Amino acid sequence: MKWGVVTFPGSNDDADVVYALTTVLGDDARQLWHKDRDLQRVDCVVLPGGFSYGDYLRCGAMAKFSPIMTSVREHAERGGLVLGICNGFQILCEAGLLPGALIRNRSLLFVCETVRTRVETTATPFTSTFGPGEILRLPIKHGEGCYVADAETIRRLEDEQRVVLRYVDAEGRATPDANPNGSLNNIAGIVGPGRNVFGLMPHPEHAVERLLGGDDGLRFFAAASGRHARQRPLSVAPGP
Amino acid sequence: MLIGRVFVMPKQEVLDPQGKAICQSLHALGYAEVDDVRLGKYMELRLRGEDAAQLRARVDDMCRRLLANGVIEEYHLEVERLPGAAGAR
Repeated sequence: MKWGVVTFPGSNDDADVVYALTTVLGDDARQLWHKDRDLQRVDCVVLPGGFSYGDYLRCGAMAKFSPIMTSVREHAERGGLVLGICNGFQILCEAGLLPGALIRNRSLLFVCETVRTRVETTATPFTSTFGPGEILRLPIKHGEGCYVADAETIRRLEDEQRVVLRYVDAEGRATPDANPNGSLNNIAGIVGPGRNVFGLMPHPEHAVERLLGGDDGLRFFAAASGRHARQRPLSVAPGP
Repeated sequence: MLIGRVFVMPKQEVLDPQGKAICQSLHALGYAEVDDVRLGKYMELRLRGEDAAQLRARVDDMCRRLLANGVIEEYHLEVERLPGAAGAR
């Protein structure tokens, strides 16, 4: 499986995604520059987290016009895999590859914490190896992660089981208290109509080793790659 | 020289937590008459050319493609001659 990770000016999780895919997962991953048009025949394009173009105007508003986005759109229309994480999710929404938008957190605070999310559908290339309803611990870090869309769009997402992840509490309930940013229906991640374009606010690339506090995130990449995520031993022995 | 004035506002049904916070601050300052605040953006575009109708259509295009996000925002625009800039020079 070949992965391409796009670097926009202001991306800052691009190297973390490459590390997760290569060092941890053992796949082929290369960085793609936003001004390039050539996707180098990768199977999956990742739009990573960060602050593309300084989040000027709106998060992702400028990045959607980068030259590589024309190629990403064509790749998606051919059924190719696209994964947008955090700022990448914002870019996919701005570009119209996913419906809705991500606006300022309801609390107005930047949130940086580990949250629980529930797997709402396993019928996507990225979640096919999870159990339905499985609860994952994943890090989030964003100021604009409140997912909104009009009522008709939300209804369609729910009816077509395109909500992939939902913020939940320890008992797996999608309550207002478990919602870190005010997203409608506690939505943390969705897929497009073809189920090949996946956007999410949590950062799977920051949860790929138990040493980092958990490796639930690795399983998204492993599922798309058709690999079994290895249970890697802790690379540093825990203290007594 | 013409000037384009673009006003972008969150749609009425879209949550505006910044507007809410400003409203609360105004209440704390004693301005009890403030019922609601919505926070938007105002942009000024200095435009080359003299054809106001054509430039207005161009600015409208800019709003739809970049300056506003129709999913969450609505916009309003004005194109007018800069004061004192009447006539060719």
